[in-house]
Amino acid sequence: MKLSDMATVIRSKNAGPFELTFDVLFATHAEFERVVRSEVLSAKKFAELFHIPTADVLSVVEFEPALAIKVTIKRSRSSGAFGETDVYGAQQHAPLLQVEVP
Amino acid sequence: MNHSISILSPTAILGYGFPESSFEAGLAREPDAIAVDAGSTDPGPYYLGSGESFTNREAVKRDLVLMIQAGLEREIPVLIGTAGGSGARPHLQWCLEVIDEVLCDLNRTALVAEIASDQDQETVTEALHAGRISALGPVPQLTDDAVTNSTHIVAQMGVEPVIEALEHGAQIVVTGRCYDPAVFAAVPIRAGLSEALSLHMGKILECAAIAAVPGSGSDCMLGVLDETGFTLEALSPERQCTVTSVAAHTLYEKTDPRFLPGPGGVLDLTGCHFEQIDKRRVRVTGTKLQKSERYTIKLEGAQPVGFRTISIAGIRAPDLIEQLDDVLEAVRERVFSNFQSIEKSAVQLLFRVYGKNGVMGELEPCCDQLPHEVGLVIEVVARTQSLADTLCSFARSTLLHFGYPGRQSTAGNLAFPYSPSDISHGVVYEFSVYHLMTVDDPIDPFPIQIKQRGVSL
Repeated sequence: MKLSDMATVIRSKNAGPFELTFDVLFATHAEFERVVRSEVLSAKKFAELFHIPTADVLSVVEFEPALAIKVTIKRSRSSGAFGETDVYGAQQHAPLLQVEVP
Repeated sequence: MNHSISILSPTAILGYGFPESSFEAGLAREPDAIAVDAGSTDPGPYYLGSGESFTNREAVKRDLVLMIQAGLEREIPVLIGTAGGSGARPHLQWCLEVIDEVLCDLNRTALVAEIASDQDQETVTEALHAGRISALGPVPQLTDDAVTNSTHIVAQMGVEPVIEALEHGAQIVVTGRCYDPAVFAAVPIRAGLSEALSLHMGKILECAAIAAVPGSGSDCMLGVLDETGFTLEALSPERQCTVTSVAAHTLYEKTDPRFLPGPGGVLDLTGCHFEQIDKRRVRVTGTKLQKSERYTIKLEGAQPVGFRTISIAGIRAPDLIEQLDDVLEAVRERVFSNFQSIEKSAVQLLFRVYGKNGVMGELEPCCDQLPHEVGLVIEVVARTQSLADTLCSFARSTLLHFGYPGRQSTAGNLAFPYSPSDISHGVVYEFSVYHLMTVDDPIDPFPIQIKQRGVSL
């Protein structure tokens, strides 16, 4: 099953000008648990998906009160610096939509 | 004892607007203060660097008229955090001018407190050399050059200067750069309620109805804080606060939703409980505050890095799209070989290819499909506007007539939507300071001026 078929929210946004954070939210506890257990959003998998070094994945947090998984990565450059493609970081989530959840 | 404080948050950013009906519904609940956040680093470094606001003056004035009128009539304070979007001196001045105009239109006077947040270069340099500055997350270490090159350096104030202004009887408090929750938390903390709960409530109220479903950045939210927790209520009947919407908002624009660092301490949400008390309201309890040993404030600065010129064009020819990378590389070489006297390091030339990786750049994992058309932005950043104009113009004309192998459409390679095709975009800034500075006192770095403003009666 694809992550986009399970999650209610899949989004990206700056967390300050030097970090980019991704939120994946679920409607049910069962779906949240299933994705947590599958480890498809582990630091290693995330780094592979976005072609970045694992060290650039700054944190992966499972936040149960919101049924959410949050992954924060280092920005390629500070927001708005030369070469910027997305000042707000709001359109970097698309590769997550296709992630297969076993 | 049933001691409670209500704070009305009209909109997520001053100038983003709100329905008057929601605002009236909030006023009917007899709030103790009206507070709004006016700032963000999201729109990028330009606004802090240049001193301009990212919000529109007329839109800001529209919101302020309603807020100030209601505040003065009800004799409750109106608090505005991070005036003008970035909170440096010109932003604060800009917002004060709008406030003066509003008071004049309303034919009123008010005791207005302005709290500056600018940190001069000597102060920051001294702190840097004294080892009182540390990088925040994946940020390069601060250097003397970054400090001296920055046009504005601001620090985020906590609740203390805002409370100090209220102590002096300010009816309107307008701040420079401010920790977003501070203007919401100042009134309940001053009333003796929990700092942790006040700040957590502020953290949610600063985005107004974004924490409701359906979410909105331009609708009102009410927070009611008592001695054991706080209750959130969206003020438009079409929106509800749910446990999920409020908990989910805790994630928004943060690195870690469990620990939220701010001036003087870290909010600890690990023991937090979110409870649905009726269809429209959520109650939050259990937030803790871990006070830090030394009081730290976050510095933000931006520095100019050059001048930008861009040219926008489209490409539809399949043979050109197929070999576009090679062609763009050849054009780049041609540009620099034509202007050999120009140091390459003085100029940055970039071709953005929309349809390929224009949105995600190096993060784009999808690179194997050829699009039927692409959008192209030719961009040059150089030391002067004239140099940026020259190189962008030359790159554009070179690409327009570039004879790539197998070319059939020999009349031109680019489709321009505009005449003139090139746009001089002005000064480019980048974030130069995003660091923590420890200070001895939470109020000293933020001078407070209080005076009567508006029409003298």
